[in-house]
Amino acid sequence: MSDEIVELTASQAAAAVHAGELDPGELFETYRARAAADTLNAYLWVSDRTPAGPPAGEPAATSSPLGGVPLAVKDLFCTEGVPSQAGSRILEGYRPPYSATVVRRLAQAGAPLLGKTNQDEFAMGSSNENSGFGPVRNPWDETRVPGGSSGGSAAAVAAGLAPWAIGTDTGGSVRQPAALCGIVGLKPTYGACSRFGMIAFASSLDQAGPLTRDVTDAALLLRHMVGRDPRDSTSLEFPEPIELPTREDLRGIRLGVPDELVGEGGGVQDGVRRSFEQTLELARGLGATVEPCRLPHAPHALSAYYLIAPAEASANLARFDGVRYGLRVDSGADLVSMYSRTRAAGFGPEVKRRIMLGTYALSSGYYDAYYGTALRVRTKIAEDFRTAFQSFDFVVTPTSPWTAFELGAKLEDPLAMYLNDFCTVPMPLAGIPAISIPSGLSEGLPVGFQLAGPAFSENRLLAAAYALERAIGFDSSPARRRDPGGSTP
Amino acid sequence: MNATEYEPVIGLEIHVQLKTRTKMFCGCELSFGEEPNVHTCPVCLGLPGTLPVLNARAVHFGLMIGLALGCEIAGRSQFHRKNYFYPDLPKGYQISQYDVPLCTGGHLGDVRIHRVHLEEDAAKLVHASASGRIHGAERSAVDFNRGGTPLVEIVTEPDVHSAEEARDWLGLLRSTLRVLGVSDVNMDEGSLRCDANVSVRPAGSSGLGTKTELKNMNSFRFLAQGINAEVERQVGLLRAGEQVVQETLHFDPRSGLLTALRSKEEAHDYRYFPEPDLVPLVATPEMVEAARAALPELPAARAQRFERELGLPADRAHELAFRTELADYFEQALAADGSDLDPIALANWIPPLIERIGSDTDPAQSLVSPASLAGLVKLVSARQVSTTAARDVLTRLVAEGGDPAAIVEQEGLGAISDADGGLAEIVAAALAADPDAADKVRAGNMKAIGPLVGYVMRETKGRADGGEVTRLIREQLGLG
Ligand SMILES: [Zn+2]
Repeated sequence: MSDEIVELTASQAAAAVHAGELDPGELFETYRARAAADTLNAYLWVSDRTPAGPPAGEPAATSSPLGGVPLAVKDLFCTEGVPSQAGSRILEGYRPPYSATVVRRLAQAGAPLLGKTNQDEFAMGSSNENSGFGPVRNPWDETRVPGGSSGGSAAAVAAGLAPWAIGTDTGGSVRQPAALCGIVGLKPTYGACSRFGMIAFASSLDQAGPLTRDVTDAALLLRHMVGRDPRDSTSLEFPEPIELPTREDLRGIRLGVPDELVGEGGGVQDGVRRSFEQTLELARGLGATVEPCRLPHAPHALSAYYLIAPAEASANLARFDGVRYGLRVDSGADLVSMYSRTRAAGFGPEVKRRIMLGTYALSSGYYDAYYGTALRVRTKIAEDFRTAFQSFDFVVTPTSPWTAFELGAKLEDPLAMYLNDFCTVPMPLAGIPAISIPSGLSEGLPVGFQLAGPAFSENRLLAAAYALERAIGFDSSPARRRDPGGSTP
Repeated sequence: MNATEYEPVIGLEIHVQLKTRTKMFCGCELSFGEEPNVHTCPVCLGLPGTLPVLNARAVHFGLMIGLALGCEIAGRSQFHRKNYFYPDLPKGYQISQYDVPLCTGGHLGDVRIHRVHLEEDAAKLVHASASGRIHGAERSAVDFNRGGTPLVEIVTEPDVHSAEEARDWLGLLRSTLRVLGVSDVNMDEGSLRCDANVSVRPAGSSGLGTKTELKNMNSFRFLAQGINAEVERQVGLLRAGEQVVQETLHFDPRSGLLTALRSKEEAHDYRYFPEPDLVPLVATPEMVEAARAALPELPAARAQRFERELGLPADRAHELAFRTELADYFEQALAADGSDLDPIALANWIPPLIERIGSDTDPAQSLVSPASLAGLVKLVSARQVSTTAARDVLTRLVAEGGDPAAIVEQEGLGAISDADGGLAEIVAAALAADPDAADKVRAGNMKAIGPLVGYVMRETKGRADGGEVTRLIREQLGLG
């Protein structure tokens, strides 16, 4: 029974609960046990008890639309009374007194907290090797990284240690690990989901997003994440309900392929490019047109991103000063030495690198040249997308130029690591939504296909991604790939 | 050759705590001397993951202040983060307005306003050290009750040219803010705080000298004292051929001295950048109109009305109108009488009242009700009590309260008039007692009348009316 439960997608499990065919307590316990036995270091904390079921009397489908299907939550979401450390030693053991709006909404909709997942420290990284609590391993090949920064969430979903998960995407932190782990990851429109309770990395870019086994699960989870939150001034009411996708073709859909991201400059691996081309063929087969499009400023997105995000982070991370919570290293000497010792001990090297970069970019005399220029580039990139969307429904790229790389392979070269985000960074700079779906394997490792649309086009994005997903027919279970004779549905 | 005369050039920066119900960016209620750290929440403690939400009431108050000062209102203003590390700043940055403030331009009296902007207050630090400052403190504690209180910062142009002018202008600003009802404007409690930028220049020149910034002058007296001390110091430096160094000086009320803050504390690069957690503040025409509609009569306009409609001399009109509590009291007394009480006579009785209750006391808090002051003034005007006796009655009223007519009755302070017969006899006695003076007056030397009047006043214990006494003296000396 337990194996059969794990075979169900989250939507299928919720439907089974609603139909009275599956006990939500058993469902939770199955995943709780699997999460507790995690060998990928995907979890930093796992719930030790089964939550109370939905209130009796009401039909389960209304009182608990998510059916009690447990949710893995990236560590940086604040969860009341539960460790919320943003993958950082500076917050080791920190238990906030409140829960993030998104977590609260999902729990109310019937997705109880299963565990907290590992991540790059403060969401700064593309491999999960920057976690203060050790790297996560990719379930497709445990010598490889799961991507980052939401690597724990992606690995947990791919390995069947969670039915679904949420992460956050700042420059690709949901989409890239989803791609490297062979699952679906969606970064919503900026403002669609409340940021209240998300430990901030770069406030003008951060968005919560679902990591799921398929597009339907992503739509179902997103439906209960979006909406204006009075506690987040930058959040917006989503203009329409999120629909579960049903579209089976792509007739009339115009896909734009930006040469600036997909061409030679992007350094896309051959296997990734092959999978991307095959997916474009499938799209044509479903009725889509595929044409080159222009995003002239996109090659500068990475430079702009690595000024804007660290600048905001340098301020966002100033509160970790040892005064009120988290780590304090007190020499007894004076205030400044307490600050510097605490932060020297609590932050990892990548976080320190970005704080210094951001502090420098905002310094008087440099602000205009660095931060100011980056903001102007950001505006240009948003204009590029607006222009492109006059002729195209979606812009498509490979999600990551590479498949999962070996642990340690890029640690010594931060700039090479940053190139991971080449195709995912332009969208958050423009505030637009983008989804990554698995498009196949390259040398046994998953490849991600990314579609980006205009602000609040999530329903259309999900519909197109769903049609492609059906055509691709990717099997998201690494276990089944490795052991084809094993548990079959 | 004369030494160069120097002229002070002073600009003021005023922080005003707004009297909203809740803090600037969270739902915590403002604090009024409660136990430490009871008005706190995850937002104002800067806990991870929290976000600011702008207090609409604070914006309304900010708009009212801007309109009262004749400023231009920005249709779209922006919040920035001002970054620095200090334990009273839980986020490591203060949310403030920087290059696009809510209000710009404007003036109050003769002083031009540079800008008015919104920001949040820091928490309060308590240091266990002899100096009360963080250096050398054994322990320091943080009380976050104050952290996040809405502040408006008002920056003037350098239009002030003496310590006294600075003090008087700040008084006008305080009254203006008080009538707006946007703040308690209490310097002792820190709801009104004033820093001064001070420089000096050769009198008559138009350039600006190097300025210093004076902080911590937390009373009107200290403000004047601090500016005077700094002007004197700067003039002394320049006269000695030395240079003024740009620095921040801390006023020590105990010694009355200014000390430079350690340069380390001052070496700030605040790395301002737009606050990404807040959308730009859009002041809609409706919001501006609502703020305009909420404006009461302002002190400057009230002074004009006192002059124009009540005939008060300009000095007296300003004296009353620029202290709202005095003007309110004055108008209540004027209304209390109901009859045709002379406003000028009534206004002349406010200073003696203030003298008796203390210059910092609101007369409404005294035992003298506006109606009883009006009653007393009416007795004087009707010559039922002499001015001298009325001053004694006022002293009684301040000490014990009560009805002025009753006090006059009880104490037998009623004016002695000719009609009673008694006064003419006392005057005659005075002339008899000092024939020398009587002769001089008769010869036209009116200065000599003083001792004669004094005699009558002594005899009547001040109950005689001075004018009436003079009239009787002239009459009895045949001067008609
Ligand atoms: Zn609060």
